[in-house]
Amino acid sequence: MEKRTDKNSYTIVFAIIMVIVVGAILAFLASSLKPNIDENKRLEKQQNILYAMGVNDNDEKSVAMVSTDRVAAEFEKYITKQIVIEGENITEDDAAYMIDLKKETAKAKDASYTRRLPLFIGEKDGKTYYIIPMRGKGLWDAVWGYIALDENLVSQGVFFDHKGETPGLGANINQRFFMDDFTGEHILDESGNFAGIAISKSNADPKNERKTDNTVDAIAGATITGDGLAAMIRKDLRMYMPYLQTIKK
Amino acid sequence: MGLFKDSKLITDPLADNNPITIQVLGICSALAITAELEASIVMSIAVLFVLGVGNVVVSLMRNIIPSKIRIIVQLIVVATLVIIVDLVLKAFAYELSKTLSVFVGLIITNCIIMGRFEAFALANGPWKSFLDGIGNSLGYAVILIIVGFFRELLGSGTLLGIPVLGDPIEKTGVYAYGYENNGFMLLAPMALITVGIIIWVQRNRNTALIEDH
Repeated sequence: MEKRTDKNSYTIVFAIIMVIVVGAILAFLASSLKPNIDENKRLEKQQNILYAMGVNDNDEKSVAMVSTDRVAAEFEKYITKQIVIEGENITEDDAAYMIDLKKETAKAKDASYTRRLPLFIGEKDGKTYYIIPMRGKGLWDAVWGYIALDENLVSQGVFFDHKGETPGLGANINQRFFMDDFTGEHILDESGNFAGIAISKSNADPKNERKTDNTVDAIAGATITGDGLAAMIRKDLRMYMPYLQTIKK
Repeated sequence: MGLFKDSKLITDPLADNNPITIQVLGICSALAITAELEASIVMSIAVLFVLGVGNVVVSLMRNIIPSKIRIIVQLIVVATLVIIVDLVLKAFAYELSKTLSVFVGLIITNCIIMGRFEAFALANGPWKSFLDGIGNSLGYAVILIIVGFFRELLGSGTLLGIPVLGDPIEKTGVYAYGYENNGFMLLAPMALITVGIIIWVQRNRNTALIEDH
């Protein structure tokens, strides 16, 4: 005799019930947890921006953000101005850090759209930092980050993160040994033209002592993540160059 | 005692019925994430949780799952479990969720999980399935940690991120005598070769594991 669970009608009913139950559970969880998740993401953005300009709880080796209970106050204290660049127009906007780069990139595919470019100006110990958000593609998924520049357009610090790079290889872009190499690196070449920062396997400079060669040492086994990161820096910083030229000393 | 009778469910997958070296399940993730010991450990814990709970859920549903769509049902069970954990962590333990986020996709597609659902949980009760899940994920963990240990030690000269062989740039420790890290260890082919060596050693010690041809 045919088993009850082999019948087509049973299979279809089971599938329908399962989809409804699972869908309802996930939809309920996702929407009830959304406020918490959004708040966590907002604080994380503030933490990352502050990290790039050197406001963090790092000890010798670790990557430690300012803790979530202090981050709002620290952000208020160090980030003096947030601006949005739209072509020639520059406007101040205290929520500029919430601009979604992914959506902006998608909208910018339409040639008539003027992309909104957020930029954060920070002050620490009498020094001014211009912090630029970036977003690009790694090996498996999105990579993103922030770079803090001074008035000479020299990198003063970066923060990188990723969605799904390989653990132990590409995922190490958010580790100190890699991010610290960017500090002091120039984004202009010797004749003052924009060059970005390349990530190289063969620059024979593992301690990264040459700061003006626009190159940092790559992570072994993470070539494509590194290439994606370098392309992201080049592409996104280039969009800011018209503005950065005006602040350059 | 039921516990003693069933203890083989835990001990067998550790050696003679190891999911990676004998059943050849979960090879993909074993190659992908073992470049560092820490990633191996995190993945092992995540799989322990998902396989333990997932086996119980599938086992409880085993009499009502239509056989024609059982693979899809199993996939939904594991995907739902993983997504629920991911959402809850994102809301209440954001830092931890960031560490684990890259593993989420790897857990859903890990064939150990589907393999044990299909081979064991569909035919056995919840308690036995739970033990089977724990046993198999521990067996998986053992291999992952062995491979991760050798790949990180020989590839980067560190263990859990801590340098143990000296500094390769300053040439201290063993590097002073001309030792170099083997960058090839960080790439997936060396993980396959390391797993191959483990299989070789294991079958040499216990020739009963060698199949007749």
